[in-house]
Amino acid sequence: MTQEFALETRGLTKEFRGFTAVDDVNLQVREGHIHALIGPNGAGKTTVFNLLTKFLPPTRGEILYRGQSITGLKANEIARRGLVRSFQISAVFGHMTALENVRVALQRPIGTSFHFWKSERTLEPLNERAMALLDEVGLADYADVLTVEMPYGRKRALEVATTLAMNPTLMLLDEPTQGMGAEDVDRIVELIRRVAKGRTVLMVEHNLSVVSRLCDRITVLARGSVLAEGDYAAVSADPRVKEAYMGSEAEAEEVGA
Amino acid sequence: MATTQTLTPAMERARRASQRRNLFYLALVAVGLVAPFAAYPVFLMKMLCFALFACAFNLLLGYAGLLSFGHAAFLATGGYVTGFLLSSYPALTPELGILTGTAAAVALGAVFGVLAIRRQGIYFAMVTLALAQLMFFVFIQAPFTGGEDGLHGVPRGELFGLVSLESNLAMYYFVFAVFLIGFAIVQRAVHSPYGQVLKAIRENEPRAVSLGYNVDAYKLLAFVLSAGLAGLAGSTKTVVFQLASLTDAHWHMSGEVILMTLLGGVGTLFGPVVGGSLVVSLQHMLAQSPLGNWVSPILGAIFVVCVLSFRSGIVGELQKLIRKNFK
Repeated sequence: MTQEFALETRGLTKEFRGFTAVDDVNLQVREGHIHALIGPNGAGKTTVFNLLTKFLPPTRGEILYRGQSITGLKANEIARRGLVRSFQISAVFGHMTALENVRVALQRPIGTSFHFWKSERTLEPLNERAMALLDEVGLADYADVLTVEMPYGRKRALEVATTLAMNPTLMLLDEPTQGMGAEDVDRIVELIRRVAKGRTVLMVEHNLSVVSRLCDRITVLARGSVLAEGDYAAVSADPRVKEAYMGSEAEAEEVGA
Repeated sequence: MATTQTLTPAMERARRASQRRNLFYLALVAVGLVAPFAAYPVFLMKMLCFALFACAFNLLLGYAGLLSFGHAAFLATGGYVTGFLLSSYPALTPELGILTGTAAAVALGAVFGVLAIRRQGIYFAMVTLALAQLMFFVFIQAPFTGGEDGLHGVPRGELFGLVSLESNLAMYYFVFAVFLIGFAIVQRAVHSPYGQVLKAIRENEPRAVSLGYNVDAYKLLAFVLSAGLAGLAGSTKTVVFQLASLTDAHWHMSGEVILMTLLGGVGTLFGPVVGGSLVVSLQHMLAQSPLGNWVSPILGAIFVVCVLSFRSGIVGELQKLIRKNFK
């Protein structure tokens, strides 16, 4: 059975003590798309992201993953179904090597993760697959490097490799280029383009140039609601979007240039 | 091409390092085997029991990142259950008494763990403290603990019904074996597939969740293992001293094990052994000196100095020195 939408929300709402951070959001992420969630600061992007990844429980509304409700599932359970998130601040395991980082993601399915009586050498058969994943993101030379000692851009690439190890069908990327220099941004954009083949990607992104280069479809959030949706040309021409970005419009253009 | 090799250079290095470590452990085992001929065995046994207790605590704090302030409850539960059983059923052999005491601590650890794991940081510590205080009052009131007096004259009995443990030397070797088993369990748990996940959770918990791990279940296992090993230490101590008392259940004891672990080096395998031995030795020496009334303030001062100036503890700082100078 093929589903048109990899991810769909219906009336998704999140209230914090009388403040509505996310208000009745209906989002549809098409299978195979790279979909961006953008919006000015405080628009509720991060809250939506945390709702979708189950790091926050919604107040109301439903979340469907490939047509099935995942509203009641826990964060670790949706990860096992192939819906894997990344984090705004690079989420790596600092005092483990790059290889070990990826291996931890490969390790759970083999079912020995509670086996405290076994040697960690029993994990060595996974090294080959882990190396292949590191190679895929250009980190083969970093396999033995402790992650804390890696440059920032490389950590983000490692995060992608770790996410890929989960063999996700839907990747949720939280500002993948945040805090990066131009060179690293180009590398990550290429990487996302490459790994998105055969997968669906939903990303929160500030950098509009990245969005215009990568994304098939864009949802603009403002004050917790969907303001506009469409491809980059349509959304960037929308007067309401310009208004929402008012004051930061010049800045947005600067970034986009 | 790197993708075809399964053993990376760092793993080769790690393997060599572990061989060196094994040699070091062998040397220490040799020291342990001759130690009772150089020092008073009962004192050594006390050191080993507390070293094991600290190792148990370190598994939780150092490797799962959970600060329990109620570990006295597990030490005492092991001690009381073993003490009661061995006193009441003379036919019971000491190793069975110790196993039962350990099992009781495991069960209590599971209950504490389920209740405390949902909380983070200071709240976790407070929940464990509250539960341990609850156990303290249970131990005062319950009929089988001897109340304020505790249990005295617990028979040491005969190991496997064969070897009498009445002689301190025989008792020492038994305790040494128990300690080695406990230490081996900790060392293996840390370097196991489970240990890898535990490390990942400690490094970045949300990321571990996003990789599909049910982190609470992993923390709970660490808690139960730690409680069980603390119970093993308590049970063994009861057999050694033929005594189970409220001292072991008091929150002072929960604080003392934190001191031992931090002083020796939290998150290092050998740190708690050093810390536990050192604190027990200090208490022993100070108690016999004119400073006998000053044990607590002196230990407190050492604790403050440790936290302020060498935070990684004795073993942690030594490791840093070695890394700096020999690499």
